Amino acid sequence: MTTTTEALSATTLLRFATAGSVDDGKSTLVGRLLHDSKSVLTDQLEAVERASASRGQDGPDLALLTDGLRAEREQGITIDVAYRYFATPRRRFILADTPGHVQYTRNMVTGASTAELTVILVDARNGVVEQTRRHAAIAALLRVPHVVLAVNKMDLADYEESVFAAIAEEFTAYASELGIPEVTAIPISALAGDNVVEPSANMDWYGGPTVLEHLETVPVAHDLAHCHARLPVQYVIRPQTAEHPDYRGYAGQIAAGTFRVGDPVTVLPSGRTTTISGIDLLGKPVGVAWTTQSVTVLLADDIDVSRGDLIVPTKDAPATTQDVEATVCHVADQPLTVGHRVLLKHGTRTVKAIVKDIPSRLTLDDLSLHPHPGQLVANDIGRVKVRTAEPLPVDSYADSRRTGSFILIDPADGTTLTAGMVGESFAAPDPVKDEASDDGWDF
Amino acid sequence: MTTVASVHGDHEDTSSPYALSHLDALESEAVHIFREVAGEFENPVILFSGGKDSIVMLHLALKAFAPAAIPFSLLHVDTGHNFPEVLEYRDRVVAAHGLRLHVASVQDYIDRGVLKERPDGTRNPLQTLPLTEKIQSEKFDAVFGGGRRDEEKARAKERVFSLRDEFSQWDPRRQRPELWNLYNGRHAPGEHVRVFPLSNWTELDVWQYIAREGIELPQIYFAHEREVFQRAGMWLTAGEWGGPKETETVVRRLVRYRTVGDMSCTGAVDSDATTLDAVIAEIAASRLTERGATRADDKLSEAAMEDRKREGYF
Repeated sequence: MTTTTEALSATTLLRFATAGSVDDGKSTLVGRLLHDSKSVLTDQLEAVERASASRGQDGPDLALLTDGLRAEREQGITIDVAYRYFATPRRRFILADTPGHVQYTRNMVTGASTAELTVILVDARNGVVEQTRRHAAIAALLRVPHVVLAVNKMDLADYEESVFAAIAEEFTAYASELGIPEVTAIPISALAGDNVVEPSANMDWYGGPTVLEHLETVPVAHDLAHCHARLPVQYVIRPQTAEHPDYRGYAGQIAAGTFRVGDPVTVLPSGRTTTISGIDLLGKPVGVAWTTQSVTVLLADDIDVSRGDLIVPTKDAPATTQDVEATVCHVADQPLTVGHRVLLKHGTRTVKAIVKDIPSRLTLDDLSLHPHPGQLVANDIGRVKVRTAEPLPVDSYADSRRTGSFILIDPADGTTLTAGMVGESFAAPDPVKDEASDDGWDF
Repeated sequence: MTTVASVHGDHEDTSSPYALSHLDALESEAVHIFREVAGEFENPVILFSGGKDSIVMLHLALKAFAPAAIPFSLLHVDTGHNFPEVLEYRDRVVAAHGLRLHVASVQDYIDRGVLKERPDGTRNPLQTLPLTEKIQSEKFDAVFGGGRRDEEKARAKERVFSLRDEFSQWDPRRQRPELWNLYNGRHAPGEHVRVFPLSNWTELDVWQYIAREGIELPQIYFAHEREVFQRAGMWLTAGEWGGPKETETVVRRLVRYRTVGDMSCTGAVDSDATTLDAVIAEIAASRLTERGATRADDKLSEAAMEDRKREGYF
């Protein structure tokens, strides 16, 4: 029995998000992944059957598995991100199930912010449409490391290789323009089960992985040796007990890279330097720790460090700035305007800030720029310049999703207003040029 | 996250020395959440029922602040129909770690005539008022709950930091988006934030973690012989709360509990699992969710959980 426990524990975790238009079959795909991985249990299925029958539907409506709220069931739509969980013997999955409606860009941004992979669904009969481009652009903007194009409803396209190949080629070219380094295209039928969990007997021309096989094997940890090491200080641990009279540890979750005992480090924004004298991994001393471990770091010198500070390698410290330029997605119903006084949360630090300028708004459909829109409303993506009351050590989002991201908060009512990504917007080595734009913004 | 290009062709994540196991990843995330709350709130409290989820929360909090003490107190909503083994466990843990325990008592509310006993004897829905009044009177601004999104479809929509108004109400349509790991704990006086460090854990994760960490649990989680009677397809323990009725027969069976709650609506399951490994094997093979198997109150209506959560339930 111990072997069962060990085998179950030795898996890794993959966070991924789905994106698809309303009728692309996203619910069916999600339902099939959950169902075929035996993550839908009998009582849940019975509840769905009961609810479907009471609505006069012929068969169980699998969308009821994922539409959890009264309003969603009443309207038959998904209005918010939900998180689903399933597992195979090889891996555990957290699925951010995001609605496909155009007006819910913020939900896809929310789901993509923690995702290591995005599945973008396309209807084989319609090919790459505006909504597909929008989803690809958001995946590129959020720098989701892996993108899967699932060409669905292949059963309605006679399982034709040429149909799939044309769509895959068009999407891959577009994704490459956006700077998405790698696309895994998979021809599927979520309804019939082709290439979702089981390889399709109808498409023997396809030699790649099924969706689940790809989810199980895609790498989740990267080569951290070249990452900038970053530790936002969350909390200072000082027991002040007889047993630990002098313990003073700086607790935090490593945002990027690795830290070793003996590393010379700098504390930002003060700029004081010292060395790491010890690292405790949840109560146990270790010599090295890496992202995303929650640790407590001990420093050789008794310098002033508090919540909100950032510990970095002395040889690899980011510059601090009070002028942050970022691509943002506006997630609140009230608009963001120039002159808006906000709070900016970056890592563990929250500072006062003011919106100095909104140079442009992005039209996701064609990636064109609307200069000086005056404000951003819910679901808008745009460029924003923010002046902060205190210097912040920010990285480019391209270098670090954790220390290159921030949120803006309304100081009056605490609403989360805006999600921000510092620096250039798309990962493109050859960024998409906008001829109408003369202000140098590169989306 | 900068090295997407460098991992091309490497599809064996287990070969990376930096890959965290799923339990390590979940543990690290939960610890991060505990520390964020410690850093940002004045007066947090951990809801502690003596059930496995709150026991895991307590264990995580101990690790998060080691070697210092947990900077939070505990709050137990005592329905008056608790399993004696669980109360004994609760008091022992509180004493062992030098913690401060607040108790909100449903029985007190009934004795004072503020709450009225339901005809079915179920006290789960009665917990909301004592809980929310205790939160107000003690001025708790962050309340940790052991809720997991995998438990129930309304909970799948729950945020890690979930803002509650001065009436402790949850409005699923007015939730703050949660981006990256930047949790927003801003709240007005009188409001509080429910915090769910185990949001991304499943029942199986909880059990695997308990096994890995060697965490002690109340014995009712393991198979034992017990006097029970059947009601609505569940095995319930006889007690002063109104069971069994005349038509219900008490039998002695080998059972265990998958959840711990009010005795009137928490059912036992037939089981011979006496060890952690046996429990894990049993859950991995089960075709029922823990709530489907053992919670009568969630079967009341399709939106029972959502409706109770809106009112302030955990």
